[in-house]
Amino acid sequence: MKKMSIVWVPILLSLLLLVGCSSTPTSEGGADVSEQSTGADGSDAYGDGASTSAASQGSEWQGDPLENPNGLLATRVIYFDFDLSTVRSDYMDVIQAHADYLAANPQVVVRLEGHADEKGTREYNLGLGENRANAVRSLMLAQGVSDNQLVVVSYGEERPAAFEHNDESWALNRRVELIY
Amino acid sequence: MMKKILLFLLVLMVWQPALHAELTIEITEGVEGALPIAVAPFSWQGNGSPPEDIAAVINADLQRSGRFKTLPRADMLARPTSVEAIEFKDWRALDIENLVIGQVQSNGAGGYQIQFQLLDVFRGEQLVGYSIPTTAPNLRSTAHRIADLIYEKLLGMPGAFATRLAYITSTKPVNGERRVDLNIADADGFNPETIVSSSEPLMSPAWSPDGLKLAYVSFEGGQSAVYVQGVYTGKRQKVTSFKGINGAPAWSPDGRKLAMTLSKDGNPDIFVFDLNTRKLQAITRHYAIDTEPAWSPDGRSIVFTSDRGGKPQIYRVSAFGGKAQRITFQNSYNARASFSPDGKVLALVTLVTREEGKKYRIAVQDLESGVMQVLSQGSLDESPSFAPNGSMIIYASKAGYRGVLAAVSVDGRVRQRLALQEGDVREPVWSPFKK
Repeated sequence: MKKMSIVWVPILLSLLLLVGCSSTPTSEGGADVSEQSTGADGSDAYGDGASTSAASQGSEWQGDPLENPNGLLATRVIYFDFDLSTVRSDYMDVIQAHADYLAANPQVVVRLEGHADEKGTREYNLGLGENRANAVRSLMLAQGVSDNQLVVVSYGEERPAAFEHNDESWALNRRVELIY
Repeated sequence: MMKKILLFLLVLMVWQPALHAELTIEITEGVEGALPIAVAPFSWQGNGSPPEDIAAVINADLQRSGRFKTLPRADMLARPTSVEAIEFKDWRALDIENLVIGQVQSNGAGGYQIQFQLLDVFRGEQLVGYSIPTTAPNLRSTAHRIADLIYEKLLGMPGAFATRLAYITSTKPVNGERRVDLNIADADGFNPETIVSSSEPLMSPAWSPDGLKLAYVSFEGGQSAVYVQGVYTGKRQKVTSFKGINGAPAWSPDGRKLAMTLSKDGNPDIFVFDLNTRKLQAITRHYAIDTEPAWSPDGRSIVFTSDRGGKPQIYRVSAFGGKAQRITFQNSYNARASFSPDGKVLALVTLVTREEGKKYRIAVQDLESGVMQVLSQGSLDESPSFAPNGSMIIYASKAGYRGVLAAVSVDGRVRQRLALQEGDVREPVWSPFKK
């Protein structure tokens, strides 16, 4: 997934977008499961693709802003400090960009998946992950996003993005993923 | 799909080195003398080789409990299988106080008869003896029941060898595919069975007081829900699937209610769900994270984790709600408490500071004195669960990059580790006694 070529990213994204638009948050089934994992991995791909795209294109992005690999919307993971669920100031412009996009596209639903590192107990971490997702949600609501566009799910420490037992992995696991 | 994963057991008898002094009672060796016992190999009458080394199963159980010092076979001067063959003075010379002998007989029709006798070596007399019929699939469980009988006769409290464990296993994603299983196994790790398998997280298994059902959290469908499943029937029902967190199910001692964590009203609070009336009662209402409820054995109160004071600590509240009272004050992080079967002690996860850094460890806290004693030695220990007789605590730990299970006797002197051949294992919960 990480080596995904830039050509595929917009296609994949539009597919994701379609799935996101057609399914309501309350009736999610097995299909959404793969959507989440694809979305999560896909967010890395935008980072990889960014330089390639900038070098070869060098022009204004024409398509859906959500698909722009150079835009703020390409950032789909927000990381948190240990044991905290306050959004770091360096993510404010990213959240603002997502909020603007969502406010302009009221039919789009985004899943805010909250995660924690493995330190501490699992059920407490479920609460911590939810607090993180809710922190992002509150900011978006304050910026004009409608409540029914935001679905909060906490996975606590059950779905790590990195598997080592060290500070680097823990930092990667304390996160909220935005899944369109 | 339902590939059975072999659990293998590493019994590590380790005498605990002196603990760092602060906050904990220093445990010294031999505070409580382990009882010397010898379990002689049982005789076998039947065709072929014996189907199971019954004496070895009994021996391993007794040794693992930490209450017995078992004599290795290699050190036995003789291996009697009948009372007449015992030279009591030879066993006395080895400081053995109790001796177990026995015979296994095939009845030729797939059944077996196991006889055993527990003898007081100094008095030269039998303390207990039974002849138990059994079948091939039940040989190990019969051996566990014999170990229970020996334990109870010598220590005056029931053994917990013929019990089971539930636990979660997972593998790292392969090609994006995850796999999480809820499993059960005998208390010694043998006979593992997967009872739920999912590509989404499973967590927080909890045995019903009759040992026939498990409540657990499943994320199948993209969000959490609490399920109750018959362990031996496989039938299950979805109990709650509110918006937000549906977590941390805990059975009331009468088995009629589940305490749980729900965040349907905006943030995690403790609720009690009546399984018959399906009515929900709010126990806590606080903007902090309230979670990980556990019932006192008398059913009157519930302890839970809350960060209402800034950091997670344990609070106690009436099972009908009301004002919660903080009950942990040592260390900056205390979570996931559960009561010992006698209700006098809490097992919990605590954060201790050592020279090497901060460590999440298993501790017990005496409810009357408030004194906390750290029992485990890992960095990321969690999910403590008492054996139904209160003698041991099983918990999840990390060994290198892998999640493993470990158990420690409540006096901290005996440790065991249970590991999977592959993948991670976590969230062990000890079943109640078989009824």
